[in-house]
Amino acid sequence: MSKPELFQRDREWHPRALTPDYKTSVSRSPNYPLLSLQSSDSEITGPTFGHGDIDPIDNDLLRNYAKTGDPIGERIIVHGRVLDENDRPVRNTLVEVWHANAGGRYRHKKDTYLAPIDPNFGGCGRTLTDDEGYYIFRTVKPGAYPWRNWVNNWRPAHIHFSVFGTAFAQRLITQMYFEGDPLIPHCPILKAIPDARAIERLIAPLDLNATIPLDSIAYKFDIVLRGQCSTFFENRPEGN
Amino acid sequence: MVQSLDYLKETPSQTAGPYVHIGLAPGAAGFDIYRQELGHDIAGPNASGTRINISGTVTDGFGAPVKDVLIEVWQANAQGIYAGDGAVEEGFRGWGRVVPDFETGLFSFDTVKPGIVMGREGRPMAPHLNLWLIARGINIGLNTRMYFPDEVEANAVDPVLGLIEQPVRRETLIATADDAGYRFDIRLQGDRETVFLDV
Repeated sequence: MSKPELFQRDREWHPRALTPDYKTSVSRSPNYPLLSLQSSDSEITGPTFGHGDIDPIDNDLLRNYAKTGDPIGERIIVHGRVLDENDRPVRNTLVEVWHANAGGRYRHKKDTYLAPIDPNFGGCGRTLTDDEGYYIFRTVKPGAYPWRNWVNNWRPAHIHFSVFGTAFAQRLITQMYFEGDPLIPHCPILKAIPDARAIERLIAPLDLNATIPLDSIAYKFDIVLRGQCSTFFENRPEGN
Repeated sequence: MVQSLDYLKETPSQTAGPYVHIGLAPGAAGFDIYRQELGHDIAGPNASGTRINISGTVTDGFGAPVKDVLIEVWQANAQGIYAGDGAVEEGFRGWGRVVPDFETGLFSFDTVKPGIVMGREGRPMAPHLNLWLIARGINIGLNTRMYFPDEVEANAVDPVLGLIEQPVRRETLIATADDAGYRFDIRLQGDRETVFLDV
């Protein structure tokens, strides 16, 4: 194999498949245990992307769908680094985000929440990390919104993140929350994560150092992907 | 006391939710924003090998279609080489995104049939597609593989299929042939539940 294997994914750190308080998981979670595999090329390779795939404006949600002006809402910067478990930057990797508008409404044909669509806000962005693993988006702060789970569930404000890494088995989708949001302790989706330390990892702190005075407030969100093993020892050589 | 290990922990997963299309396939969400969406063409125009179509549904524990699922495909080319891991045809990425029809839940995509990929310890792996499923209600993406019904000999010695103890479960990873190409139904739970992988 030409690429390193990955550290085992810590399944006790992630949410389990079956988390009954998040009701939809009940019929969408496998009953049987996952079949655990040692990595092969099928897992340690993965798609890569380049600057020809995306446009510079794609990470600016204030402008990438603007028709008649800027979208309504609190102007924010969300930035951070994509690292691996060895604390090394994950370079040139695709980061995609999507979120509701400032009123908590998604631009999606299936979203019927009564808050209005913002004509100047699409709600998605994408970018590639730089050589330090750094990324940045500019957008408006999403609003909280209600969802059907219990009668009165509200999602805390959040931004969905999709990250690739270099191996298909590093593929990760998660959600970023905002420091100080009082809905965080009430969210069944967030509480699907069993470890309070893991939940904290999804809450982005206010980052005053990165705010732009008189313009935008900033939050910092670092993302960690599975680490790559540094050793290539074969415990049984090919052909044996 | 011992030295502390200074590894970081992976960021925990969260569900992609029902509106995943906004971020990963905005056209399916109902709007046009990017110059080009990614993942529409898995094999590209220059790929050699057999062009194939694969269709199917993803169903939940009640057998109802999961209409808001998004599937990512990762595959080798016809020579069994993954993009980025050796020379492949220009424009071959081997990766794509598949969204089913929102009304029926039926998905369909075109690609080329992958070749045999060398596995661990020199054991060849039968041609297969690697699939990753995300949807509302799925807290962490589900990995599985699709194998081909016309690769009986290769499937019989495939090291991953060989790890599945029960033959009836092994069959959940093998597509069936249909008029258009191949049919592959994925069952998240219950009767003939698909084997999912911890990779």
